[in-house]
Amino acid sequence: MPDKKPSITIRPVLFLALKKLRAAFADLLPIILVISVFQLLVVRQPLPNLGSVIIGGLLVVLGLALFVQGLEMGLFPIGEAMAYALARKGSLFWLLCFAFALGFATTIAEPALIAVANEAAEIAKQGGLIDTGGISKDGYALGLRLCVAFSVGFAILLGVIRILKGWPLHYLILGGYGLVMLITMAAPEEIIGIAYDAGGVTTSTVTVPLVAALGVGLASVIKGRNPMTDGFGLIAFASLMPIIFVMSYGIIIFH
Amino acid sequence: MYFLGDFTNILLATCRDVLPIILLITGFQLFVLRQPIPHLRRLVVGGAYVVLGLALFLAGLEMSLFPLGKIMAAQLSDPEFLFGINQTATQAGWTAYAWIYLFAALLGFSTTIAEPSLIAVAYKANEASSGTVKPWGLRLTVAVGVSVGVTLGTFRIVTGTPLYMYILAGYLVVLIQTIFAPRNIIALAYDSGGVTSSTVTVPLVTALGLGLCDTIPGCNMALDGFGMIAFACLFPIIAVLGYAQAAHWYASRPKTRVKEKKNEI
Repeated sequence: MPDKKPSITIRPVLFLALKKLRAAFADLLPIILVISVFQLLVVRQPLPNLGSVIIGGLLVVLGLALFVQGLEMGLFPIGEAMAYALARKGSLFWLLCFAFALGFATTIAEPALIAVANEAAEIAKQGGLIDTGGISKDGYALGLRLCVAFSVGFAILLGVIRILKGWPLHYLILGGYGLVMLITMAAPEEIIGIAYDAGGVTTSTVTVPLVAALGVGLASVIKGRNPMTDGFGLIAFASLMPIIFVMSYGIIIFH
Repeated sequence: MYFLGDFTNILLATCRDVLPIILLITGFQLFVLRQPIPHLRRLVVGGAYVVLGLALFLAGLEMSLFPLGKIMAAQLSDPEFLFGINQTATQAGWTAYAWIYLFAALLGFSTTIAEPSLIAVAYKANEASSGTVKPWGLRLTVAVGVSVGVTLGTFRIVTGTPLYMYILAGYLVVLIQTIFAPRNIIALAYDSGGVTSSTVTVPLVTALGLGLCDTIPGCNMALDGFGMIAFACLFPIIAVLGYAQAAHWYASRPKTRVKEKKNEI
C-alpha cells in the first residue's frame, strides 16, 4: 500500500511538533497572563503596535519549541559525548584543557558581558578612576572581559576536578561566598555592583545545557560518583568565580 | 522587511555566540580525540535547531515581551500612577508601592517559567535523579524563589536599605539550610541560582529596577539600580533547598507516626 506510507511517517512528526509547540506555549502562558491582566486591569492604556506584539509572541513560542527540540537532539548529546570520550581517553590534561576552554570560549564572546564591561568602564571613567592613571577606557573594558572569561574557565576546570575527586560542593561554594564577603569589604565601591552582575551574566542559554550535560555525563561515567550529587555544581562555580576575580581585578587596578 | 533585517542580525549574532563552542568541539574531535562523532547528522540538525530556535526566540522577545514589559515597568513606577497627581514621592511610605511589589512578584515568577536554561537544567535534573526530581516541580520552586527575590529587590530600592545586608542575611540562611538539607539536592539548588539570571528575566527585571530607581528620590542608578539580579540568584537557592527539606520532612513523617502508633499499642 504505497499511499499509506507518508501518513505513517508524517503523522508522528506532526504530532511531535504540535506537542512541542503546546509545551512551549505552556511555558510562556504565565508571562502572557501577567502582561495582559496588568495591561487590562491596572495600567489600562492601549497597547502600542498590537500586531507586532502578537507576531513576536508567536515567534517566541516557535523559537522555544525549536530550541527545546535542538537541546534534546544536539546540545545534550554532544555534551555527554564529549564527557564520555574524554573520560575514556583517560587524559586528565586534555579533560581539564577542554573544561577551561569551554568556560573561557563561551564567555569571552558573550554579548551581555561585552555590554556590562563597557558600561562598567563608563562608570569608572565618570568616577575618575581610570584614564588618569595610564589605563584607557577600552583597555579597562577588555581587561574586565578577559578577567571574567578567565574566571569562568577556571570555574569549570575547578568544577570538573571536584567531580573527579568527589569533593563535597557546599564547602567550596560556601567558602567561596565567605571569600566574596571579605573581598567586598576591601573592594572599591564602583566595582562591587559590576562584580555581582558579572556572576549572573556569564551563564548563557547555550552554555548552561552544555555544561550541565558535561557535568552529569562525567559524574555518570566515573565510578563512585552520583550524577545527582556530583554532576551539578558547575554553573554555581561559574556564577561565583567571576565575582571574586572581578573584585580582585578592581582592587589591583585601583590601588 | 524591517523584521527580516532585524532577524538576520539576531541570527548572525547567535551564530557568532555559538561559533567558539563549535570550534572548540570540532578542534577537540579532530586533534585530541581523533574519533568519528556518533550520530553526527542528528547532532548537526539539533545544533541548527538550537541556533534557529534561539534566534527566533530572541527576535520574538524584542518584538513583544521586552518593549511591553519595559513600558509597563515605566508606567507602573510612574509617580503619577503610584501616588496620584497631587502627591509627591517624598510623602509616600513604602506601602504606597503595592502595585510594584505585585508586578515584581508576578514578573519574576512568569519570566522564570519561560527561561530556556532552566528548562534545560530541569530536564537534566529529571534524568540524573532518574525521575525523582520532576521538571515542573523544580521550575515552579525556582520561579517562586525568583518571585520572592525580585519583590524584595524592589522593596530594597524603595526603602533605600543597603544591598549587602540582604545578601549577607540570605547567604546565612543558605548556610544554615545547607547543613540540614538532603545531600543530593545541594548541588542542583546552587546551580538553580545561576541559571535564573538569563535571557528573559534579566532585561525585564533590570528595566523594572532602573525604572523604579528613577522614581525614588535619592536613588543612585549606578549603585542601586543593580542588585535585582543578585536577589534573583540568591532566593532560588533558598527555595529549592527549602522545598527539598519540606519534601524530605513530609516523606519521613508518616513513618514516625506509624512508629508512635505501634508504641502506643
